Amino acid sequence: MRVVSGLRRGETLSREELRELQLVRLKALLVRVYERVPFYRRKMDEAGVKPEDIRSLEDIRHLPFTTKEDLRENYPFGLFAVPLKDVVRIHASSGTTGKPTVVGYTRRDLNLWAELVARIVRMAGVGRGDVAQVCFSYALFTGGFGLHAGLERVGATVVPAAAGNTERHVRLMQDFGTTVLVGTPSYILHIAEVARQMGVDPRRLKVRKALCGAEPWSEGMRAEIERTWGIEAYDNYGLSEIIGPGVAGECLERQGLHINEDHFLVEVIDPNTGEPLPVGEKGELVFTTLTKEALPLIRYRTRDLSRLLPGPCPCGRTTIRMERVMGRTDDMLIIRGVNVFPSQIEEVITSIPGLAPHYQIIVDRKGYLDELEVQVELAQEGFTGSYEDLESLEEAVRHRLQSILSITPKVKLLEYGSLTRSTGKAKRVIDRRRGGEG
Amino acid sequence: MSVKQISVFLENKSGRLAAVARLLASRGINIRALSIADTSDFGILRLIVDRPEEAYRALKEEGFTVSLTDVLAVAVPDRPGGLAPALEALSEANLNIEYLYAFVARHADQALVLLKVDDRERAVKVLEEAGFKVPSPEEIYSL
Repeated sequence: MRVVSGLRRGETLSREELRELQLVRLKALLVRVYERVPFYRRKMDEAGVKPEDIRSLEDIRHLPFTTKEDLRENYPFGLFAVPLKDVVRIHASSGTTGKPTVVGYTRRDLNLWAELVARIVRMAGVGRGDVAQVCFSYALFTGGFGLHAGLERVGATVVPAAAGNTERHVRLMQDFGTTVLVGTPSYILHIAEVARQMGVDPRRLKVRKALCGAEPWSEGMRAEIERTWGIEAYDNYGLSEIIGPGVAGECLERQGLHINEDHFLVEVIDPNTGEPLPVGEKGELVFTTLTKEALPLIRYRTRDLSRLLPGPCPCGRTTIRMERVMGRTDDMLIIRGVNVFPSQIEEVITSIPGLAPHYQIIVDRKGYLDELEVQVELAQEGFTGSYEDLESLEEAVRHRLQSILSITPKVKLLEYGSLTRSTGKAKRVIDRRRGGEG
Repeated sequence: MSVKQISVFLENKSGRLAAVARLLASRGINIRALSIADTSDFGILRLIVDRPEEAYRALKEEGFTVSLTDVLAVAVPDRPGGLAPALEALSEANLNIEYLYAFVARHADQALVLLKVDDRERAVKVLEEAGFKVPSPEEIYSL
């Protein structure tokens, strides 16, 4: 018997109540950071704004943004608003380019974090009676510890299996009767492959749901995971700078991700001009942490692109929803002047039968022209032995990509299993134009 | 009268063909005939072996992208002009050949041609009516 407990007050406030609460919290936050974080005092002074100038939520647009570079320049603890002795946990994001960004949590922050992840978990219908296997790395990365705490909070039986050692994952699932998988969508799909190689049919295991996060994924990928495992997959969203997982998640309706607005104030801005966009327009997500103690951030630019979906949700939550993240501004490729997101390519690949959802995007420059090559694996059951079928598969990919991207890519079919599988965030793009891979 | 052919999808990178041959060798599976069609990026290896179901399973378990296809075998005289009448008979009956490949049997003065056609049953009839022998799958596997 699974027990999924009810909604929290912060999830069901009227819009007016919520806005009042947000404003009270925002004002207190500004006073706090102005007093305690020299970086913010300087930035606000430069912008000519004092905490008391912010009288409505709309006034937030007068405040300066915070960026990933700001965090790096203040490495490691420069933006902390409490002395280090009050910080009980440090996490950091991988520094693929330069220094990592470091985040800290007070004891109260950790409690809040667990509570907010617990909300995400409950939203997806996971609770006491579930055996949840966490396939995220438990390290400086926030995924593992974050989901772990939230799952424990709802009373699930948590198996901290962590990323890697995929065969053991399969054995644990069999032995423990795992009902919920938690990880990146690409890794969860890979576990199914390994299960099959071990002679285990993923659909016959007890797994019934997956909580997927930490990398952008498409609806097609969701369908693939659900078909492969015979389960329902739920999206959740977060980033370490804001708190880690627990910023937003899908409820059972799966029509967007509810943002924990009582703790995070969301804006959507034009990534080029920085101007706030009207609700519903697509742009860059910007969050202000309203209640965090150790590392409060004002108007943090996430580089994640999405849009807000206003209006009531049948689930009863009143918090605003965001559309699944379509990609990061830094993942966006500009190929012959056309903006291309890897997720658009994934959407095409996963919509064509006969292809596996394992692909790589290679961008190169021949002379003065950018070239796009999409390498994609054949599905094991998708190979008929016919040359014509392979040609029409290639042609289908080329044609569909061409119609959405206005670039004719080179398409290369690969053997199933040809590409390296990732246990964390999958690496899909090789851009050779910058010299070197990355 | 269909002969089971194994088709393996192979990327054009070194060692893939050898890997297939090595795997079949390790299972004691004998290759009776083979053909490769390739582009600059990939190839399709087609194999006739003595134990097709077993070879198919072994390749699949090893992670190869593989399928089983029904093809047709026909025996033609191993001399100039041996093949032409068989193909003419099929063509006159409006049967399309997707691909074919041949091998010469060791003990007889005949060549064996493997054909992938769109209507196998009708092709068998047409060939037999034209006087050609269509060997049974068992005869092919045990050659």
